[in-house]
Amino acid sequence: MGSDIVKLWTEYHRLFLNGMEKTIVLALLGTAVGCLIGLLCGILQTIPSTKTDNPVKKFFLKLLRVIIRIYVEVFRGTPMILQAVFIYYGLPYITGGDARFTSKLLAAFVIVSINTGAYMAESVRGGILSVDLGQTEGAKSIGMRHFQTMFYIVLPQALRNIMPQIGNNLIINIKDTSILFIIGFTEFFAEFRAIVGTTNMYFPAATIEMIGYLLMTVICSIILRYVEKKMDGDDSYSLVQVDHLTMTAGTYNYPVAKKNDQKKGER
Amino acid sequence: MDEKILQVSHLSKSFGNNVVLRDIDFSVNVGDVTCVIGVSGSGKSTLLRCINMLETPTSGKIVFHDKDITTRGFSIPSYRAKVGMVFQNFNLFSNLSVLENCMIGQRKVLHRNREAAEKTAKEYLEKVGMAPYINAKPRQISGGQKQRVAIARALAMEPEVLLFDEPTSALDPQMVGEVLDVMKTLVSEGLTMIVVTHEMAFARDVSSRAVFMKDGIICEEGPPEQIFGNPEKQETKDFLSRFFNH
Repeated sequence: MGSDIVKLWTEYHRLFLNGMEKTIVLALLGTAVGCLIGLLCGILQTIPSTKTDNPVKKFFLKLLRVIIRIYVEVFRGTPMILQAVFIYYGLPYITGGDARFTSKLLAAFVIVSINTGAYMAESVRGGILSVDLGQTEGAKSIGMRHFQTMFYIVLPQALRNIMPQIGNNLIINIKDTSILFIIGFTEFFAEFRAIVGTTNMYFPAATIEMIGYLLMTVICSIILRYVEKKMDGDDSYSLVQVDHLTMTAGTYNYPVAKKNDQKKGER
Repeated sequence: MDEKILQVSHLSKSFGNNVVLRDIDFSVNVGDVTCVIGVSGSGKSTLLRCINMLETPTSGKIVFHDKDITTRGFSIPSYRAKVGMVFQNFNLFSNLSVLENCMIGQRKVLHRNREAAEKTAKEYLEKVGMAPYINAKPRQISGGQKQRVAIARALAMEPEVLLFDEPTSALDPQMVGEVLDVMKTLVSEGLTMIVVTHEMAFARDVSSRAVFMKDGIICEEGPPEQIFGNPEKQETKDFLSRFFNH
């Protein structure tokens, strides 16, 4: 068995490696753009509408929510393999051949992005809901508008909360891009099909594939954990004892003990 | 000092069938320190949140410098930039450091440049005694310190009125003192403040006017000497006796 794997690898490693490269590029790009779509949907869905808004604005907000809802339900509720066929072959079919995907990579990328976006839209919405309402109120109370509140306060926290979800999606995408053989995109799994087609060595090829996928997913997990740790920031902070503003003003009176004494006198 | 800055008239607020505020009339002059007292659930916080439009009033008017802020199309964000708010739960931005908390509003709302924003933020942080902690994240400092940073954040916007929504209710007694000290400093500097509080001693000694609320209406209002020394209404007497007669 070992010798078969070695033989297969030496003969076809270029194809395997090419497949892995395509898979990882597709998964990374698709997840990244999917996240952006998800973020956009999440932000748009949470625009507040109040009774005092004018009817036109209210109507468009409602419409927007309905559109996002439909998008999420359709792309979350149908298999990606069918979506791939539907989009890749459907586009030239509907437009009578005027529009078609010039590259399979582009088609694959669009499909994965849209699909991931549908999942991320819900994750982002969940992430936004998970941020304490007080954060929004704090931002509003200093005069920030909805989009400012979102970009500077809520989303950075929501993103941190949904990092595990993003990681999940990346890993799912690494594996699930394997269905894109259906449109003839040669990623890692498509290479497997090509190789066993000529060699008939299913088990050794599958072993290489298993190891290959595991390598990609484990490395991504490790990197994501590291990013999460970075996002959490340092647990310690340094006191700024010498502050030129404090020194010039000359009213530096922090010591806590003094304040306590005052308090006792009051009661 | 009799210039009216805020005038609330016929303000009502209900959540569904639950009427929280009934026909409130109330005004604030420049330099006033108004303390709003009353039992929990009497509508004090809701009144304050309506003034800052965090709750949309069901009916009534809130006039700020001759402009009705409840009219459709009025820019609420720019109004809020002039009316600061300090919350019971601090609501500091947990993704930002203490210094950034005090800078973000100046940068994004007042469009000040980084140097100016940092200078102002540091000035106010120093005023509340939090200058050494500018690099800390909110989760790393104590409750009283958080509230002092929250006050600095509001002050950094240089508001005309500062609203306090039970600023010491989430703090232990020792920390209450440090926050009240900061607030006293602000009073002595002549800042216009509306303070919803359960700190009766603070309300009695520091405010220029006290308002007692009960069941969504203003039951009695007047100078603190009257409200705390010689209240007219039986309800006010009952409420205060629970604080002072034991």
